[in-house]
Amino acid sequence: MSKITSDEVRQTATLARLELSDGEVHRLTRELDAILGYMESLASLDVSGVEPTTHAVPLDMPLRDDVLEALEPHLPVDLALLDAPKRHDAFFEVPKIIEVTE
Amino acid sequence: MTITDGGLAEVAQAIRARQVSAAEVTDAYLARIAAIDGTLKCFYRVDEAGARAQARAVDERLARGEDPGLLAGVPVGLKDLFVTEGLETTAGSKILEGWIPPYDGTPSKKLKQAGAVLVGKLSMDEFAMGSSNENSAYGPVRNPWDTTRVPGGSSGGSAAAVAAGLVAGALGTDTGGSIRQPAALTGTTGLKPTYGRVSRYGVVAFASSLDQVGPFGRSALDCAYLLQAIAGHDAHDATSLGSPVPDYLAACARPIDGLRVGIVRSWVAKLDRELAALVEEAFNTLERLGARLVDVTLPTSEHGIAAYYIIATAEASSNLARYDGVRYGLRVPGENLNAMYARTRSAGFGDEVKRRIMLGTYALRSGYYDAYYLRAQKVRTLIRNEFARAFGAVDVIATPTAPSVAFKLGEKTDDPLAMYLNDVFTIPCNLAGIPGMSVPCGFSQSLPVGLQLLGPALGEETLFAVAGAYQRATDWHTRRPPA
Repeated sequence: MSKITSDEVRQTATLARLELSDGEVHRLTRELDAILGYMESLASLDVSGVEPTTHAVPLDMPLRDDVLEALEPHLPVDLALLDAPKRHDAFFEVPKIIEVTE
Repeated sequence: MTITDGGLAEVAQAIRARQVSAAEVTDAYLARIAAIDGTLKCFYRVDEAGARAQARAVDERLARGEDPGLLAGVPVGLKDLFVTEGLETTAGSKILEGWIPPYDGTPSKKLKQAGAVLVGKLSMDEFAMGSSNENSAYGPVRNPWDTTRVPGGSSGGSAAAVAAGLVAGALGTDTGGSIRQPAALTGTTGLKPTYGRVSRYGVVAFASSLDQVGPFGRSALDCAYLLQAIAGHDAHDATSLGSPVPDYLAACARPIDGLRVGIVRSWVAKLDRELAALVEEAFNTLERLGARLVDVTLPTSEHGIAAYYIIATAEASSNLARYDGVRYGLRVPGENLNAMYARTRSAGFGDEVKRRIMLGTYALRSGYYDAYYLRAQKVRTLIRNEFARAFGAVDVIATPTAPSVAFKLGEKTDDPLAMYLNDVFTIPCNLAGIPGMSVPCGFSQSLPVGLQLLGPALGEETLFAVAGAYQRATDWHTRRPPA
């Protein structure tokens, strides 16, 4: 039985903000199916009562002194916008995201 | 014997003793790059003017009698995911083509502070995803030992540049073996430090619970010089460890009498006969040097690849969400915001990056999360516990680094799963967060073979001691590829 269908590949691509050609969908369905099949081996392990590891080295939440000087100043706006594909004054410009209907 | 034949430590000492000027050293390396990198293609870009200016500054400090820093005048290359102020940084991806970072990341900054001469940016698999450097959007690197073969990956440019003497040392990153595997395949020495030992501020992220920065050199001592300069806590990286940074240079000279070296027989059994014989010989050398060999087993680590490729891709799918065409890098216009995102990402990412984003997004989908991501993280706990138990009985574990010598360009590009299986011996170390080093231990089919040394968390000094003793007793690390 296959682990993933081409429809699931298309849905996942939408979630990942990727546009895939039909050829890519076909190839990825085959490749992801093989990879997910390999990952089946994890099902053979008993993980009941095991806590998940999110970080390999346990960390306390570090706190710095609550003063502005503790870190270097942030990037000046002009420098931060230097590589922007499109800017408007002190902002990144993007396509309109609000549809206005009369 | 020219200066580029030596290792980083020798270059640093010669400049400090003023036997040679930093400017002469930089010129010699730049000349070597000009002569042979057209074939190897280790560099994306060489910052000749910047390198010469940094070298002159070191010479001026030396002339004034000032301390120019541990790495004064030493030419170092950076994998192209280290953010460098004013110098294009692409992470091997078309989506970042032309990006000129407005700041230096902490590793770049610390190298400069230590007096290193940053020569340029080195080729890599796109976003550090790959084991052969063939996923670079700007063409693959060739292995200096045989230019029809891969240098390993993802830090393939770093490894090949050090092997070929284009730089005295280099930095890479290692998420599942991306320093150790290319080190093994190019006959260089490479170290993945303990998770958190080196700051990742200004290092392009792949999988944040696994990524770690580390050095390449010709010897353990070379790596010690580099790690000494870059290790330590950084207020800009909350995951960087606060533990004091020990004297890694001194650690390289420590005796290893009575040290317990763990051997994982089931890993050696995965090798062909010639590779197994080389690794066994390395174990015997360690024994002759006073170490005691002890068998250990790591059965859960057999599942490392499966756990890793879920965790790493899940984290990557989240990390790479930032490449959306809004703030920097490529933008492909679309009729609305979502269309712009999708077009930009589809045009900017290569096949392997898309594959991993897809895999990671799938593993995180509701309904699949428990079966994949959560289960993988629990398996990760089992692997960590397994190493903790092993390090109760031994001080260090010695294993092969890679399951084969360098393979041919194109040999595995059609089969992603076959490529993933290359990481079988390197991945458990990342999942456990422990340090790992690869040192050259011989040749098979005239190609270098690596021995991997694993230590407990913050056990870098022990790895340096073992590797230092081994390299005083052997000369594999001094072999050079054909000019």
